[in-house]
Amino acid sequence: MLTAVTVLTGLSLALAAALIAASRWLPERGDDAVERIERLLPRIQCAQCGYPGCRPYAEAILAGEAEINRCPPGGESTIRALAELLGREPTPLDTSLGSASMDRVARIDETLCIGCNLCARACPVDAIVGLPQRMHTVIARLCTGCELCVPPCPVDCIQLVPRHG
Amino acid sequence: MVDVTFERYLTGGIRLAANKTASTEEPILRGFIPPLLVIGLHQHGGTSAVPIVAVGQKVAKGEPIALPGTPPSTAVHASSSGRVRAIEERLIPTGTKLRASLCIVIETDGDDRRFEGGPHDPWPESREVRIERVRLAGIAGLGGAAFPTATKLEAVAGTCKVLIVNGAECEPYISCDDMLMREAPAEIVAGVIRMADLVAAPRVIIAIERDKPRALEAMRKAVTAAGDPRLAICEIPTVYPAGGERQLIELLTGEEVPSGAYPSSIGYVCQNVGTAYAIERLAARGEPLTSRIVTVTGGGVARPRNVEVPIGTPIHYLIEQCGGYRRNVVRLIHGGSMMGYALPADDLPTTKATSCIIAAAEGEVRESFEEWACIRCGDCASVCPARLQPQELLTAAAARDFDDLEALGLDDCIECGCCDVVCPSHIVLTERFRGAKRAFAEHARRLALSAEAEERHKRRERRLKQIEEDRRAAQEALKAKLRADEEARRRAVAAAVERARQRKRRDAEP
Ligand code: SF4
Ligand code: SF4
Ligand code: SF4
Ligand code: SF4
Repeated sequence: MLTAVTVLTGLSLALAAALIAASRWLPERGDDAVERIERLLPRIQCAQCGYPGCRPYAEAILAGEAEINRCPPGGESTIRALAELLGREPTPLDTSLGSASMDRVARIDETLCIGCNLCARACPVDAIVGLPQRMHTVIARLCTGCELCVPPCPVDCIQLVPRHG
Repeated sequence: MVDVTFERYLTGGIRLAANKTASTEEPILRGFIPPLLVIGLHQHGGTSAVPIVAVGQKVAKGEPIALPGTPPSTAVHASSSGRVRAIEERLIPTGTKLRASLCIVIETDGDDRRFEGGPHDPWPESREVRIERVRLAGIAGLGGAAFPTATKLEAVAGTCKVLIVNGAECEPYISCDDMLMREAPAEIVAGVIRMADLVAAPRVIIAIERDKPRALEAMRKAVTAAGDPRLAICEIPTVYPAGGERQLIELLTGEEVPSGAYPSSIGYVCQNVGTAYAIERLAARGEPLTSRIVTVTGGGVARPRNVEVPIGTPIHYLIEQCGGYRRNVVRLIHGGSMMGYALPADDLPTTKATSCIIAAAEGEVRESFEEWACIRCGDCASVCPARLQPQELLTAAAARDFDDLEALGLDDCIECGCCDVVCPSHIVLTERFRGAKRAFAEHARRLALSAEAEERHKRRERRLKQIEEDRRAAQEALKAKLRADEEARRRAVAAAVERARQRKRRDAEP
């Protein structure tokens, strides 16, 4: 009985020590950390943060090269979540970077659209459909409101409108 | 008839002043027709009905004016005869909130002329046809949520263990079910039997709270007269919110409806007594749902009473029928004093979800006290009928911690308001939880949008990469072909040169 208790206790202590050591000394894989940060971003790839997409921005944050307040679509809630994860102080959103908001969607004025297809090529999530030389339209359910389709339109027929109503 | 008196109490809950006497002194006022009807097409969860009339068209009472949309939905009918004046968007009160809905505005002509084009036999043999008739008759749960009844019956047809008929009416001020049970018990019981047949329920429990002795007596008589062995009357203790669907099922059967699931998933279906009455009127007389009983009460109305109200009656006409306002009305409430909400104006129309209108006079509504910090007394948890920890939810709601809110079961909160009533710090918890539910839904929508955007972006990247690769491969192939062609030509030239040289040599030979 005593031996059993000793052996089991010893065994569990040894295993616990091994686990603690492993978690202490085995570095967290960089990929995992990037992943964790990326999960908190909106992942709509609008590039307003100044990086080509959410993952590059996440990598820059991890490397300490970027502030956590650069994602306009994510807004305050994303900043708060990032601050909590990284143990940094939340800072107000850098509003110079843009005004994209997931609460809005793009709408094409179909009477003006010339069917140039430039907007559809700019959309990172394929939310615009239309045939060349024919009217194009935004699938509102898929649109993230990133505004990337707005500048390419040669006739300025794309507007952002509130998502609901 | 089985007649049981229940002494089991539900988890949590509180005893409240009933405030029901004032509105139960006079019989139900019937036959009232307002000069104008504003009939909402989206009175419940699910989808809106689709209008089938035009402005200027004459309509008769009971004539369909909108057909059901994609299920769950129900038809909508003209509640009296007249002419369609407008089809426009307006605010209407639903079970839990105000909503903008397309409405059909009818100027009534006072004749109350009945529609003659209804089905010949409103209640034929086939179960499917009957359920379809219920849908086309616009029948919705009259307990206050106005959920399409056909959808609810469909979900449990054939698998129903017990049909529970809800006559508990636990919320203060509301007495429309009480009065209906007193005045039309035979019709209610007949409707109950029809529903039991429809879902093939082997047992039916009609649950009525103890504080309604006259309704109990009338219903007992009607059940005895019907002589259907499946039917039982159950007198339950008066505790709020015993009439909540989940609470009532748990109280009667001891079974808990799983979180996030419908009662039908465990073989139960709950129907309100008013709904049973509506079914009977459809089946026996071919009448669609064009009216419901509404309790008009509160210290701010001269003659509190119950009224049979055509669906879509603007509330001020209804108040007029009850002697108009008196004293200082500080708030107009849609629904009971616990789960109801304040109306911004009295020209809003009633809907199928309008069980009660309270014109609350000064001193009648809970005053807003100064809120103090939570002292973690746990009183809220002890009265929560959903077995939640409201104080924990409060912390999570303040921190907008959605993971915590989910883990703590925010979704299971039935917004009964019991926690508010007992909180010694006067914290308006229910309001916070409503807000948190809205924020949570928004958060979930964002997450879904993000997930889909990520997926679509990845697919797009893959596609663009594939196109690029294809292009490059085609280029390579073209280059290789050009090289091969070039090589072949060079070889051909070399061969020709060689041939020419040989010919020259041959010619030079003597
Ligand atoms: S701004 Fe935000 S959503 Fe847009 S790419 Fe950068 S991290 Fe992603
Ligand atoms: S449609 Fe325009 S705003 Fe919407 S996701 Fe595509 S590029 Fe962004
Ligand atoms: S009843 Fe009020 S004070 Fe008491 S634990 Fe609940 S929220 Fe806190
Ligand atoms: S409002 Fe929600 S948390 Fe409060 S007692 Fe009712 S069910 Fe429980």
